[in-house]
Amino acid sequence: MKAKVHVTLKSGVLDPQGKAVGHALASLGFDGVGDVRQGKYIEIDLNDTDAGTARARVEDMCQKLLANTVIENYHVDIEG
Amino acid sequence: MDGISPDIVAEHGLTSEEYDKILEILGRAPNLTELGVFSVMWSEHCSYKSSKKWLKTLPTTGPQVICGPGENAGIVDIGDGLAVVFKMESHNHPSFIEPYQGAATGVGGILRDVFTMGARPVANMNALRFGSPDHPKTRHLVSGVVAGIGGYGNCVGVPTVGGECNFHSSYDGNILVNAMTVGIAEKDRIFYSAATGAGNPVVYVGSKTGRDGIHGATMASAEFNEDSEEKRPTVQVGDPFTEKLLIEACLELMATDAIVAIQDMGAAGLTSSSFEMASKGGVGVELDLDRVPAREENMTAYEFLLSESQERMLMVLRPGAEDTARAIFDKWELDFAVVGHLTDTGRMVIKMNGDVAADLPIDPLALASPEYDRPWTPSPKLAEVTSDSVPAPDDPLAALETLMGSPDLCSRRWIWEQYDHLVMGDTVQRPGGDAGVIRVQRPNGEVTNKGLAITTDVTPRYCFADPEEGAKQAVVEAWRNLTAVGALPLAITDNMNFGNPERPQIMGQFVGAVAGIRAACDALNFPVVSGNVSLYNETAGEAILPTPAIGAVGLLERFDGSVGIALPGDGYALVLVGETRGHLGQSLYLREIAGREEGAPPPVDLAVEKRTGDFIRHAIADKLIAACHDLSDGGLLVALAEMALAGDTGAVLEDVNGKIAQHAWLFGEDQGRYLVAVRDAGALVSAAQAAGIPAQKIGETGGKELILQGSSLALDALRSAHEGWFPGYMAAG
Amino acid sequence: MTAAIIVFPGSNRERDMRLALEASFGRAPVMVWHRETALPDVDLIVVPGGFSYGDYLRSGAMAAHSPIMREVKARAEAGVHVLGVCNGFQVLCETGLLPGALMRNASLKFICRDVHLRVERADTAFTGGYQKGDVMRVPVAHHDGNYFADTATLDRLEGEGQVAVRYCAPDGAITDAANPNGSQRSIAGVYNDRFNVLGMMPHPEDATHALLGGLGGKPLFDGMAGALKELKGAAA
Repeated sequence: MKAKVHVTLKSGVLDPQGKAVGHALASLGFDGVGDVRQGKYIEIDLNDTDAGTARARVEDMCQKLLANTVIENYHVDIEG
Repeated sequence: MDGISPDIVAEHGLTSEEYDKILEILGRAPNLTELGVFSVMWSEHCSYKSSKKWLKTLPTTGPQVICGPGENAGIVDIGDGLAVVFKMESHNHPSFIEPYQGAATGVGGILRDVFTMGARPVANMNALRFGSPDHPKTRHLVSGVVAGIGGYGNCVGVPTVGGECNFHSSYDGNILVNAMTVGIAEKDRIFYSAATGAGNPVVYVGSKTGRDGIHGATMASAEFNEDSEEKRPTVQVGDPFTEKLLIEACLELMATDAIVAIQDMGAAGLTSSSFEMASKGGVGVELDLDRVPAREENMTAYEFLLSESQERMLMVLRPGAEDTARAIFDKWELDFAVVGHLTDTGRMVIKMNGDVAADLPIDPLALASPEYDRPWTPSPKLAEVTSDSVPAPDDPLAALETLMGSPDLCSRRWIWEQYDHLVMGDTVQRPGGDAGVIRVQRPNGEVTNKGLAITTDVTPRYCFADPEEGAKQAVVEAWRNLTAVGALPLAITDNMNFGNPERPQIMGQFVGAVAGIRAACDALNFPVVSGNVSLYNETAGEAILPTPAIGAVGLLERFDGSVGIALPGDGYALVLVGETRGHLGQSLYLREIAGREEGAPPPVDLAVEKRTGDFIRHAIADKLIAACHDLSDGGLLVALAEMALAGDTGAVLEDVNGKIAQHAWLFGEDQGRYLVAVRDAGALVSAAQAAGIPAQKIGETGGKELILQGSSLALDALRSAHEGWFPGYMAAG
Repeated sequence: MTAAIIVFPGSNRERDMRLALEASFGRAPVMVWHRETALPDVDLIVVPGGFSYGDYLRSGAMAAHSPIMREVKARAEAGVHVLGVCNGFQVLCETGLLPGALMRNASLKFICRDVHLRVERADTAFTGGYQKGDVMRVPVAHHDGNYFADTATLDRLEGEGQVAVRYCAPDGAITDAANPNGSQRSIAGVYNDRFNVLGMMPHPEDATHALLGGLGGKPLFDGMAGALKELKGAAA
């Protein structure tokens, strides 16, 4: 199975990289661009066969390593 | 794999004459893998086929030289059993295509050249040339290159202690990124690339091999065209973390006696590293590609041999040393694989899936490496620009403010604050002065009292106006910059960046520059110990300014004996050492204030340079000098302004100029001059005169402004002009 | 006194730290490789600067899970003094030994330059070489030094006196211009709630020699040497 993990900054945490991207988009002439937030996308190949177990394991991975829950949220999708 | 068509030959950058030579050497048609090997080995980048004839004429020896050009880097004795190992290398084309990764992998490559020889890298420098600030790509390229150099050097933990940066429209489509690394080795533990001992294991260490940069070496030797954007996939990606581990693992292994020979896999990867090792040692080599650690699936022999994946090394070990070596690389979590062995056949045999993928004779291939005597035409000499043909400014201090805020003279703080210039804790003189100075540590980290001074220099506009005088000037400016911090200049590395050598006037620039370097190195006992040539720096037929960048290293017996450019405080006398004639041709005053790029560059008198520099160095050693700055771009007034800003101390200039027009006196770029701050002007002036060197007191330090004949310029205003341009420019994007 | 320096793959200021400690402690620290699981008996554990694991994921994230960090955490909980500098500060935050997180600099750029730090209290084992309110000049060299914690945490840190040093102007004034990286409330270093763990972004170890960056950081090491010696004497 494959886990797709999105790690994003919590709302309220200043995101200077997102801000810079938003600024760049505006200067390229893209109108109507609101808030831009950037984050990380991680793909993990797993040997699991059960989606529930896979999800539990990946959430544990997020808690322990993939995200810093002081500043980041994570979202897990399991495929396959 | 039969049937190599003329198109395939051409795609590999080989001429039909070169292909005929291949047929002759092999006595048969090559397969595609073999053709790939030839194309890489005979590319300009690896074979120096256009430049070899001229490079051979450079002085490369001296009592201090342990190893000159031809190895991974040059090596110079610095006493107490230590040697300094250094080289500068270009990564121009890759940096134009993908500035961050191009510049980063340039730093990675030059670091490997140095630690391959057993040295711990202790300092990085760089010489950067960008297009006009008005060009739409310039900002993006500056931003990416600087971030890439920093991203790599900062992570590996080697301080970047200085460099230089110019803007000129000739680099609009072809920027220059020249990176230099300096390392320290124990003199009796230097490692070379010549492989010896049939049967000895050949070992691959570092990162896995992927399809990165296939044919980067031939790309680096091809002129740019509109399709270059399409070449993006060939750009390699750097991994500074792995490089850091590789440095530590290699140095740990080098402390044992396991290694016979070692070579990094730079441009042309496994091909050139194994080939060069075997060729230098006069042996054969057999490699089994099935054992090479691979990052991607289904790679072909062609791809394995030509991949430019970064952070990889090839070593020949003593028999039985494999386990020792493997344990060290395991500790550092790096790949380690025995991929072959040396033979006595004199052939390079590459096996894959049990088949022979390539079988090439080593000596004939190396001996037949092309060497061209390309036609060249000498560069025409330009007329002198006389000072009376150049308008004087209404207010010299206003002209100074303009110059100090111009792209080529403004502060480079925006750049060097993105480089960790302090890691290792040995930085004595930080970026922004004449040369970076570091305290010397032994490769094991032990502290010594010695210091090394490092600089990179060239003034491309001088080289364009007169390649020979310009190249001479590049060498003497490097020599002066080392002298100005109190160091004894040891040797140089030359990074020759030029246009298409197949054009006689470009080849003429190259020939002239080599002559200039030769003359200066001979006169100053300042040999060339390593170097790199980058040709075909052209876009749509427009060549860059000839840019023979000089990297140079000097020695301080005690690191605490160096001086900087900062005015040390109030009450010092300012003494100008050297003769001023007011040469305004090719000066920045002429370009930035009068709007003209004209005339012959300032001439260099090598005997005078030597005499003046030797005097300055001794005066620094005798503690007569509290601050020192060599005079170059912008002349006297710019040098004073830089010293004033660095020390946050103003000065009053006396009206001592008699016969020269004032603007020529203040802004002329005559060579062989230093501005120094001293306690006792009389003592220094009379010592100089006794040595036959012109010297005169021109002012005194004090206050927070520069004062010239009643008019004044506040340091704060000068500082905001000087510091403002770069961040303002970069933010405006 | 004995100090230990933890070395990760990618650490690069362990030598700078070793030289600074050696000069003030009078003996060389023990270098401990990250794969070790035990520490010798030491008075101070230092997590040095660098790019552990390339800072690939997040600065300090992977090092925080190195085998040795379990032992560092246990020692810290037992009261042993722990100093984390730059990447070491990031590692200690990721380990949970210190509150908050270090984010990308507000400028988005790596910054290497001297800064001024105001010493917020001088009564800890780390800052005895200074007076409260002293200003030290030391360099920063980081890409991710922008200190973040939620408002409640920041208020608690300030209330409990856990802010160790703040970025300031040369005269000690806390200004936006003097804050190099956007850190909240100009925080450059924090203590844990027992004051035996200090994390800071700037590099005092690179300011312990008059000709090599100046002496701004020297009192920190001298002060630690004195305080730890006293503690050891009191315990014995």
